[in-house]
Amino acid sequence: MTDTTYAPPTQQPALPPSRGPLGLAISGWRQLTSMRTALILLFLLALAAVPGSLLPQRGLNAGKVIEFYRDHPRLAPILDRVSAFDVFGAPWFAAIYLALFLSLAGCVLPRMWRQTSALRARPPAAPRHLSRLPVAMSWHTDEEPAEVLAAARGRLRGWRVDVRSEPGGGASLAAERGYFREVGNLLFHFSLLVLLAGVALGGLFGYKGNVLVKQGDAFSNTLAYYDSISPGRLFSAGRLAPFTVILERFRATYQPSGEPATFAADVRFAGHPGAALRSYHLRVNHPLNIDATKLYLIGHGYAMHFVVRGPDGRVAYDGAQPFLPRDASFASDGVVKVPDIAPGPGGTPRQLGFSGFFTPTTVMGPNGLESGFPAARNPAVTLLAWRGDLGLDNGRPQSVYALQTEGLRRVLDARGRPATATLRPGQTLALPGGVGSITFAGFSEFATFQVTHDPGSRLALAAAVLLLIGLVVSLRVRRRRLWLRARPDGRRTVVEAAGLSRNDSGSFDEDFRAIITRLRSRPAALEED
Amino acid sequence: MPVDLSLAHRSDTLLFLAVVVYSLAMLGFAAEFSFSRRAGIARALTRADAARAATPATAARIRQPAAVGGAGGIATGPPPGAGPATVGPHPPLRSRLDRSTTGDHLGRIAVVLTGLAFLLHAGSVVTRGMAAHRVPWGNMYEYSSMVALVAVAAFLVLLTRERVRFLGAFVLLFVVLFLGLAGTVLYVPAGPLVPALQSYWIAIHVAAAITASGTFALGAIVTVLYLLRAKYDVLTTTGGRPRVSSVGRLLPPATTLDRVAYRVHAFAFPLWTFAVIAGAIWAESAWGRYWGWDPKETWSFITWVIYAGYLHARATAGWRGRKAAVIALVGFTALTIDYYIVNIFLVGLHSYAGV
Repeated sequence: MTDTTYAPPTQQPALPPSRGPLGLAISGWRQLTSMRTALILLFLLALAAVPGSLLPQRGLNAGKVIEFYRDHPRLAPILDRVSAFDVFGAPWFAAIYLALFLSLAGCVLPRMWRQTSALRARPPAAPRHLSRLPVAMSWHTDEEPAEVLAAARGRLRGWRVDVRSEPGGGASLAAERGYFREVGNLLFHFSLLVLLAGVALGGLFGYKGNVLVKQGDAFSNTLAYYDSISPGRLFSAGRLAPFTVILERFRATYQPSGEPATFAADVRFAGHPGAALRSYHLRVNHPLNIDATKLYLIGHGYAMHFVVRGPDGRVAYDGAQPFLPRDASFASDGVVKVPDIAPGPGGTPRQLGFSGFFTPTTVMGPNGLESGFPAARNPAVTLLAWRGDLGLDNGRPQSVYALQTEGLRRVLDARGRPATATLRPGQTLALPGGVGSITFAGFSEFATFQVTHDPGSRLALAAAVLLLIGLVVSLRVRRRRLWLRARPDGRRTVVEAAGLSRNDSGSFDEDFRAIITRLRSRPAALEED
Repeated sequence: MPVDLSLAHRSDTLLFLAVVVYSLAMLGFAAEFSFSRRAGIARALTRADAARAATPATAARIRQPAAVGGAGGIATGPPPGAGPATVGPHPPLRSRLDRSTTGDHLGRIAVVLTGLAFLLHAGSVVTRGMAAHRVPWGNMYEYSSMVALVAVAAFLVLLTRERVRFLGAFVLLFVVLFLGLAGTVLYVPAGPLVPALQSYWIAIHVAAAITASGTFALGAIVTVLYLLRAKYDVLTTTGGRPRVSSVGRLLPPATTLDRVAYRVHAFAFPLWTFAVIAGAIWAESAWGRYWGWDPKETWSFITWVIYAGYLHARATAGWRGRKAAVIALVGFTALTIDYYIVNIFLVGLHSYAGV
């Protein structure tokens, strides 16, 4: 890639003065595939990526974009219009890299074609005046010209060598090595094109989704189970691999400081319905791979088990509800929605809701209860009770992690204060007014998994490996030419040598000297000019 | 396993000693450098082609027959087949008369001190890793220490291949400042790794990133010196008065500096490429995607693209020389942003890299 991968425009043959759309197209194409254009596109690409790291990006953290909207209500819509919150999917970003890859393809593909014959090329014949070359030397010897060149040829291992006889009893030798430099160079650039194809394949046919699984629960790979999914453009739900995963046990351990030490999920899984269940110890950095779909452990938290009873004592709700961690101490928020409680006096619809705050290691902080440690050393959940209409029947989708409080009011006690309590496992809050009761039956852990299917990742990996090989070859292999000319000079033979480095790495002059020293058969008997 | 506190303490002591010895070595190199003002070490170091290096135009006029050219000239010479490139002579070795004995002794002492400091520094890194029972590059302090270690190692390796003792003072100035920042602002006590880092990929991906970064740092130093020398050459040929660039008088010719800078960058770039690829493979197994435009990924990409641009620019007519050098420095700026700004100010998946 340090060679003239793209011929600079100045070195290209001059275009015949051509008019009309064809001429314009040809000159436009030459402009696009010129090195100068490629360089400018490279820098544009680097520049275009910068806002993607400085502004919040939807693909990375949608919440940050909403925050940005709140903090900069005027600027945000303008930025959004130019895709500044989705830089890497923006049309202008795509335009830059597509132009770059087009420029690359336009240059590399024809060169690959030409390279097929260049690989078989013979070294060019020795120029007439070897002494004018960048590195040159000459000496006298008593050997015959043919002997000198034959000896040299025998010692030029790894070089492609031609010997030509010249008029006047002399002969010249042309040698070249490092043909693979250009092969490496082309491999590198071609691999970039393949890499792009791999990325595109994954983007079109792959998908990525998040799913939360409580300990003991199962997850079937169907759309209904996903909390969120971002499919590729050509993805169809029929492509979901039909596996099932059961979360048997999740375990997190922590440093004394509260920093996480290990996360692990023991799962059992079946590749398709009816297949035998197998076990896997799923950890961070050790995803579960089922038929090219991968499951990653990306998070965890606590699920609260509540039992809610109605005024008549009948169980109206008995289930585990995940509470989402607020911070690294795993203080977590969540809600319980109980739509099916006995109707109140007068038949008004009466539903119950609870908003809760779970603290695994409950301590009293300056602003009330907080969690002092992420593990459940002193667990408690603080609940606030609501009654009224949960809004579940109005057809609008709502989060299972938040209450819609428009139709709700707080349950008040006899003195008019909101009914609230901090419960430890096993404790019950009896709601005032005979509305019912809620029991904090216990808690378990849940894990969140990311499920990913990327059909292009293997191609991308192969391209990356080839790219690296091509790069190393193109930077390490040195393309060099060497010429020797031996001709009679009186009774002796004068030998001229010259060399040319086709690339600028290394110290060619020193290497040249070393080569020549090796080639001179009897150095002691010789004198330098 | 708990952290071995006494070993961790020993590591800190060794680093402190290393910084002290580095500083002494830096003074030695600086003294040699200033002695060369009188004795012309720069001239000796740089194979007599100092005079020619000003511009390609002047270079073409001076011919020294029967000479094997300095390879540096090839970089700026005309394209193959376009006629003879003139490359300077290659005087056998530094002659005894040319040598400033005092300066030379100081330089040799400085090299020995650098080697000693390097061993102390390596000892600090090894004991740190042993104390925490893991690779010694789990946070910014350790990473910085490793980058500096690699920069010194790259300099010592380069010393065996090229006459680059003039670089000593500049490399060690960088190392001492960099380690000073690491040992004060970025310092964290030895501790275990967070789960996300518990993978054998940390040994591969991070080691490659460290080696590439340390080598790029050395490349950036040589490039700055190249620009100073090139500026000095331009000013002296046009009759201008060099100010900052007057240090260029003591430096080897621009072509030599350019060649050394290229060699260093050409070594570092594939390593950086490997680091990014290894990072992508690790990301695929840790985060479920091999590329996600996380700030660290984005800036690694930007860095890669700019250095790729540097290597291309060197092969493009009209971009060689100072323009390409500026691109290399822009690349190093991106690398610096990738390290400090991204780790400290931009929240992303690499944030655990820890201050």
